[in-house]
Amino acid sequence: MATKKKVAAKKAAPKKAAAKPVVKKVAVKKPVAKKPAAKKAAPRKAAGKPATKPSTKTPAAKKVAVNQALAKNAPTRRPVAKKLSARKPAVGKAVAAPAFGAGGTQRAVEQFLYKQAEILDTRQWQSFIDLFTPDGVYWAPITPDQTEWEGSPSIFAEDKLMMEVRMRRLTHPQAWSQAPMWATNHLVSNVVVESETPTEVKVRSRFHMMELRRDTVRHFGGIYWHTLVKTAGGYRIKLQRVDMFNSQAPYEYVLQIWV
Amino acid sequence: MLHEPVPNLKKLVEPDRVHRLAYTDPDIFDLEIKEIFEKIWVYCGHESQVKKPGDYQTLTIGRQPMVMIRGKDMKVRVLYNRCPHRGVELCGNLKGNAGEALTCSYHSWRFHLDGKIESIPLMKGYDGTRMTVDNPDCSMRAAARVDSYRGFVFASLAPDGPSLPEFLGEAKIGFDDMCDRAPEGEVEVVPYCHRVIQHSNWKFFMENQLDALHPSVTHQSTGVAAAWVERDIKQKTGAAPLYYHYLSAFTMSFDKWDSVQTLNYPRGHGILKGYMGLRPDDPDTKAYVAKMYAAYGEEKAEKFLSRDIHHVLVYPYLSVQSPLQQIRVLRPIAPNKTLSEIWHFRLKGAPEAIYRRSLWYYNLVNSPATMINADDLENWTKGQWGLESSGMDWVSFHRDYGRDEERPDGSVYSKNGTSEAVMRSQFKAWVQYLAGDK
Repeated sequence: MATKKKVAAKKAAPKKAAAKPVVKKVAVKKPVAKKPAAKKAAPRKAAGKPATKPSTKTPAAKKVAVNQALAKNAPTRRPVAKKLSARKPAVGKAVAAPAFGAGGTQRAVEQFLYKQAEILDTRQWQSFIDLFTPDGVYWAPITPDQTEWEGSPSIFAEDKLMMEVRMRRLTHPQAWSQAPMWATNHLVSNVVVESETPTEVKVRSRFHMMELRRDTVRHFGGIYWHTLVKTAGGYRIKLQRVDMFNSQAPYEYVLQIWV
Repeated sequence: MLHEPVPNLKKLVEPDRVHRLAYTDPDIFDLEIKEIFEKIWVYCGHESQVKKPGDYQTLTIGRQPMVMIRGKDMKVRVLYNRCPHRGVELCGNLKGNAGEALTCSYHSWRFHLDGKIESIPLMKGYDGTRMTVDNPDCSMRAAARVDSYRGFVFASLAPDGPSLPEFLGEAKIGFDDMCDRAPEGEVEVVPYCHRVIQHSNWKFFMENQLDALHPSVTHQSTGVAAAWVERDIKQKTGAAPLYYHYLSAFTMSFDKWDSVQTLNYPRGHGILKGYMGLRPDDPDTKAYVAKMYAAYGEEKAEKFLSRDIHHVLVYPYLSVQSPLQQIRVLRPIAPNKTLSEIWHFRLKGAPEAIYRRSLWYYNLVNSPATMINADDLENWTKGQWGLESSGMDWVSFHRDYGRDEERPDGSVYSKNGTSEAVMRSQFKAWVQYLAGDK
């Protein structure tokens, strides 16, 4: 029953959006205006109910609609995020749940990190970019002592526009080095909530990425520092800093996608 | 494997083609290490990398473990990074500070920062032997020759041979161009280094540097992607940051690339002329140009700012990209394995914005996550595999063969940017190094 209603809500939202593709911005703003009500409701419910089963009552259902509308209207060309839940990895269900509040910040940020890792491993580049705020930055410095992403020699230093260049390159038919078989496998662990304000959470975690390319596996590990902003659509990344523990070692080849 | 004496290497190199063994044979690689890399002037680092006494940077010259270190007399030396006693490495990190003296971790032999022996425990144990403190065999050995050009330190392990300025020849312009673009006339190293392994012979990189036909093919995906976003930004805001142009410029048409001339000099050095137009009309550039005028006067400053260079090759291991203040240094490891070190520099006295602008190139084109070199390295790896196969023996360098402009001093100016004059010239130098007049 609960699922059915959710599905119904999900279906309704895209239809609305599809009906008026021109007034996209208006469609975004309306749900956002309703945000406070939904936001207030969520934590209260959280106390009594498990995180994975959001209430089916209107506020939560509205929230789903809001999420959907946001996803639809985000600056995306391919809203691939849906595929993720279709593939049903362990995180799929949790991701659909209210993004924060229920289950506490710890659980919510963990789920977010798992979702991001899964997005990378399933090559959903647009979904990856959509995880960032409009001014979001992905930065991998060369050494831990670097503090500013701009003006620093870096392994990655990308705002959303540069991320889009990377995505467009990866999906270009003549991205020659994309021809050999490759895959990645991310594990994220040791998740620590460093600080939290009403609008922001800072999270530190450890990651291990294995990368297969042709017949060789490479390993990358290190620390993710996420500065997450709370939005109506859930967490969005303002800054993801990646300190690779092997950042100063010689690289056997080039990293073509985000770590 | 090649089991022929050295002079027959000449048989591998014809004016218009080269035998694949030049890229793959372990014996030839050995010979290159001994006869080229362990004899010529090899770049060690920039003086600003070792500012204080005891500061060091380790590196390899050919197969020799070396350390560039500043002494108490403020002189920069290049020493073999091993204890003269039993061979143990003395400076144990890529870079650091050795303190007052270098101490061997095995038997505590201690050395002054200039490499001279300071003390040996229980010295009386050497009484009556040839190992006395005045015996040079008790001290660290220094590279036979060390010299610097505008702050860039080089060492040669051979006592004889051309001087550093003679060796650099026309390629000196790379360092001049970089330093002259600084209002204070010198550069300072950015103390980080990208290190990327190429799974290919070092020659692939050297040839690729002046290969003007490859960019719009190899880098098509990145160029097109960047051009797309660049156009988007321009439509919205009127102007896109210059660094999008760094990437989108790779996809110029074949014809346009063909109009970019290469200059090829004796000893294999070369220059690819500029193609990006790195002097936009914006406030940052204006502020910079004003500083340059103040430092040098208008005429000289204009001469410095309008030099037409993309990058300069010091054959067989160095690429100096002076307008963007970066260098790429090759350290060959095996016939099919080459370490590249990429360094970036600040123009002393130039506005921060100018540094940041060139930094984008360093990060986007040369970081270990570059969208440009990803496709280059892929090409070279695949090329190496191809040349390791016996499918065909000869590598073709026929493009525009016979149509280059040869100058009396032995330099070759390509008529077309895509001429394979570059490779022909590099192999002329290669044969000269390995077979000489034999």
